[in-house]
Amino acid sequence: MTTRLFGEPVQRREDPRLLTGQGRYLDDLGRDALAAAFVRSPHAHARIRDIDVAPALDVEGLVAIYTWEDLPERVGRALPLLIPHPALTHGRTAYPLARDVVRHVGEPVVMVVATDRYAAEDACALIEVDYESLKPVVGPEEAVQGAQLVHEDVPGNVGAHLVQEVAGADGRGAREAIETAPHTLAFRLDIERSASMPLEGRGVYARWDGRDLRVYSSTQTSTSVRMAVAAALELPLPQVEVIAPDVGGGFGVKIVHPWPEEVLVPWAAMALGREIKWTEDRREHFVSSAHERGQVQYVRVGFDDDGRVLGLDVTILHDHGAYTPYGIIVPIVTSTQLLGPYKIGAYRVEFTAVYTNTVQVTPYRGAGRPQGVFCMERTMDKIARHLGKDRTEVREANFIGPDEFPYDQGMTFQDGRPLIYDSGNYPEMLRMVKELIGWDSFERRPGRGIGVGCYVEGTGVGPYEGGHVQVTSDGRVHVSTGLTSQGQGHETAFAQIAATELGVPIERVSVVTGDTRRFGYAVGTFASRAAVVSGNAIALACRKVREKALRIAADALEADPADLEITDGMVHVTGVPTASIPLSTVAVLANPLRYAFDDETAKATQFAGTTSPDRPPVAEGEEPGLEGRGYYSPIRSTFASGMHAAIVETDPETAEVKVVRYVVVHDCGRLINPMIVEGQIHGGVAQGIGGALYERMVYDPHGQLVNASFMDFLMPYATEIPHIETAHLETPSPLNPLGIKGAGEAGVIPVSAVIASAVEDAEGIPIDRMPISPSELFDLRGSRAE
Amino acid sequence: MEHEITLVVNGTARRVRVPARRLLSDCLRHDLGLTGTHVGCEHGVCGCCTVLLDGQPVRSCLTFAVSVDGAEITTVEGLARDGSERPSRPHGVEAMSAVQRAFAECHGLQCGFCTPGFLCTVTAMLRDNPAPTDEEVLEGISGNLCRCTGYQNIVKAVHRAAELLAEEA
Repeated sequence: MTTRLFGEPVQRREDPRLLTGQGRYLDDLGRDALAAAFVRSPHAHARIRDIDVAPALDVEGLVAIYTWEDLPERVGRALPLLIPHPALTHGRTAYPLARDVVRHVGEPVVMVVATDRYAAEDACALIEVDYESLKPVVGPEEAVQGAQLVHEDVPGNVGAHLVQEVAGADGRGAREAIETAPHTLAFRLDIERSASMPLEGRGVYARWDGRDLRVYSSTQTSTSVRMAVAAALELPLPQVEVIAPDVGGGFGVKIVHPWPEEVLVPWAAMALGREIKWTEDRREHFVSSAHERGQVQYVRVGFDDDGRVLGLDVTILHDHGAYTPYGIIVPIVTSTQLLGPYKIGAYRVEFTAVYTNTVQVTPYRGAGRPQGVFCMERTMDKIARHLGKDRTEVREANFIGPDEFPYDQGMTFQDGRPLIYDSGNYPEMLRMVKELIGWDSFERRPGRGIGVGCYVEGTGVGPYEGGHVQVTSDGRVHVSTGLTSQGQGHETAFAQIAATELGVPIERVSVVTGDTRRFGYAVGTFASRAAVVSGNAIALACRKVREKALRIAADALEADPADLEITDGMVHVTGVPTASIPLSTVAVLANPLRYAFDDETAKATQFAGTTSPDRPPVAEGEEPGLEGRGYYSPIRSTFASGMHAAIVETDPETAEVKVVRYVVVHDCGRLINPMIVEGQIHGGVAQGIGGALYERMVYDPHGQLVNASFMDFLMPYATEIPHIETAHLETPSPLNPLGIKGAGEAGVIPVSAVIASAVEDAEGIPIDRMPISPSELFDLRGSRAE
Repeated sequence: MEHEITLVVNGTARRVRVPARRLLSDCLRHDLGLTGTHVGCEHGVCGCCTVLLDGQPVRSCLTFAVSVDGAEITTVEGLARDGSERPSRPHGVEAMSAVQRAFAECHGLQCGFCTPGFLCTVTAMLRDNPAPTDEEVLEGISGNLCRCTGYQNIVKAVHRAAELLAEEA
C-alpha cells in the first residue's frame, strides 16, 4: 500500500528549505526592527547603588534606555514560578531587569533600544552602574553551609528539600535494610555543570500594530509564552499571537519562559510603537540563560551475595543556581529515574536544592536523568567489583522481568503521577547490547576497557497536546499542532502519521507547529513528548476527519461507510477501485457554498444538485469543512529504555580517553521514522560524550564563569565522536493509540555512566566524577601510584 | 564613517555602504538580506557563518565587510544549481547541489542552524579533494560545530556527496 508511511525512513520535508538558506530563524526576521541589547551584571552578587545612563544619551541611533524603575508595576514583577511544588518552600525568580540586587554574572540590569545592534551595544558600554559587591556563594557545598546567603530571605540557601522513600517487600526502610545487608558500600559522586548550548541562542522579535501584538520567539513553547506575555502586558489573550519560527536547537533551555527578554521586548515594542528584536549573543547565552547537571551525591547501598540490591540510600545536593523558575523538576527526575530498569529492595532518596550565585539551573536534555543514571550505574559497577562478578550479571540480577509490567516503582514522578512503567524487555535488551559490543569476547588489557549503562526514561508526559487536521478542496491536508520544533523533524514524522491515517500521499500533507495562530492549545516540546503526545493527538484528529470523509463519500457513492477505504487520496469501495471519489471532492462536498471560485468548488454550490432540498445544507450537529481536532492526554508517562556499551582506550602518557566503539540498543516502542530516531540518538550520544569527557562550566571563587566561550567550553567536534552503532527493540506502549514512546533525550542519558564504567575498566581506578579530563585522569593515576 | 564597497555575491555584483566595523556576516544577513548564513558564536569557533570568499571557506563573523571589497562570495543561497537566491518557494530537491542533496538523503541535518556552514565547507573540500578518506572528511569538517547530529550522518553525507559529484562529472 503506497500510503503506509508510519515506520518508514521518509526523508525530511523540512530539509529543502533549511539546505538552501530559506529557513526562517528568529534573527532572519524583522530586518527593519529596532535592536535591543542589555547591560548585564559583571558581578556574581552585588547591590546596585546607582545607574547613570547620561553618558549613553548622545549615542547616535539611541532610541530608549530602561531600568527596572522604568517598568510598569505588572511588567516589573518577578517572573513567574512556572512549576510550583510543595517541597519548593523557598522558590525565587528573577525580575525582568535587576531590582536592587544582582545574583549572578549576566543578570540583565539595563535594556537599551537603538536603530541597530551596534549602536545599542555602544550605548550599553557607556552606561555606568555603580555596584556594591557582596560575597558570592559558589558551589553547592559552600551554599549548604549557609554562611553567605544568595537570597536574604532564604535561610541556609535551601530552596527545596524532598525525601521520597519506598519500603522493601518486608516493609523495612532503606536505611534499616542497608544496616542488615550482607554487603554494604558507601561513596560520593560528583557531576559538573554543562548546558544545552544550541547553536542558535535565544531571541525575541515583537510587533505591535496598535491593537494586536505578535511575538516571535526562539522558544520550545509558544502557547505558554503567549499566556505569560498576555498576563504580563495585561492584554486580552486573543490579541496576542506567538510564533516559534525555525528554531536552531533547544535541548531544554528554551522551554524556560517567559525569559526577561520575552516580556521586555514586547513591552518596549508597545511602549515605542516600533518593531523591536533582540538576538542573544553567545556570551549572553553562557551567562544569562540556564545550565544543568551539577550535583553531589552521597550513596549507601546494601546488597546480597548475588548483587541484588536490598537497600539504596541516596542523598543529593543539587545546585540550582540563582533562581528556580522551572521549579525542582531536575532533582525530582534524578530522584525517580535513578531507579532505571531495576527493582530495588528499599529506596530512600533525599535532595536539597540550594541557591548559588551562578546561572539558574533548568532542564537540559536528559533533565536530571544523566545524574540519576550515573549514580545507579556506578553503584551497579561497584557492587560487581566488590563481589568479583561480571557487571552485566549484577544488573541482570536486579532487572524488572518482562512479565512484571506494568511495574509500580511506588514513587511520584515529575508529573505528580505514580511512577509506573508501562512496558519493556530489559533482559533481552541486555542480551542485544552485549552481543553488539562483543561483551563476552572482549579482550581487556591495560589502557583498554569496556563499559555498559542502562536507563529507563519516562517520556511523553502530559497534560496534553492537540492536533488540527483540515483537508482543503485541492486535496491538500493541513496539519497543525501547538507544540514547537527545534530540529526533531516534526514536519516529517507528523506528516507520516497523517498520511498513514488518512490514506493520502505524504506530498499532500503539510505540518505547522508552534504557531498560536494555527493552534492555540499546547504545552510544549520537552521530556521526549512531542511524538507521543502530539503524534497521538494528530492521529486522533485524522481519525475524525477520516470518519467524516467516509460518511460524506458514502452518501455520494451510495455505499455503506463500512465498505469504504481511502488509498492515495481516493475514497473507494473496498475491492472496487472504480467506485471512487477523490478526497478533494469530499472536501468540496463537506463545505456547501454559495460562491464558486473554480470548477471543483462549483460542485458544492446551491444549484449543483449535490444536496437534498429537503435538508439543511449543513445537517444538524455537523460543521462545514472536512476538518477535525483531536487531543491526547496521557494518563501518565510512557517509559522508554535503552542500554549503551562502549570500548575506550586511554593513552598511557597523556591520559587522553578515546572512545573506540559505541553501541546503543534502544526501545521507544513503535518507530514512526527510524532515520529520525537514529539521528536523535546520535546527537544525544554526542552531547553525552561532551558531558562525560569535555564540557563543564568553570566558575571561579568570585562567581565568574571563566570559560564562557566556545574556545573554552569544549563541545565535541566530529573528531571527538565515534561511529555509533544502533539497534532497536520495539515494545509498544499500551498507553497510547500509536504504541509509541519518546526518543528525543534517550541518547544522552547513560553516556557519562557508560564512559565512567569503561574508563574504570581500562584503568582500574574508581571513576566517581564526571566529566573526566585527561589531567584529572592523570592525577588519579598519580594518587593511585602513591 | 561609511564606505561604499562592491561584493560579488553568488554571481551578482552588490553595492553596499557599510561602516568600517560592519562584519561580513552582518553585511550579508542584514544589509543584503541573505539570512542563510548564520551566526552561532561571533568568535570564529562554531563555523556556522562559513562562506566561500574567492572560493575559500572563511568565517564571515571574523571578517570585516570593507576588507573584502571586490571579492567574490558564495553563500548557502548560491549553492543550488538553479542559481536563484531567493526563490518564492524553497528549492526542490532536483535544484539542489550534490552536497545539499547528500545532506538531505543522509539526514545530515536536524535543526539546520549549523548546516549552511557545513555546506560551504564541504563544497570547497570536495572541489579540492573529490574522493576524501574518512580521516580527510573528519579533518575537513573539524572546524564546524553541530549540536544536533553527532556528526555521523554529516560524515556519511560528505561521502555520499563525493559519489554524487563523481556521477555527475
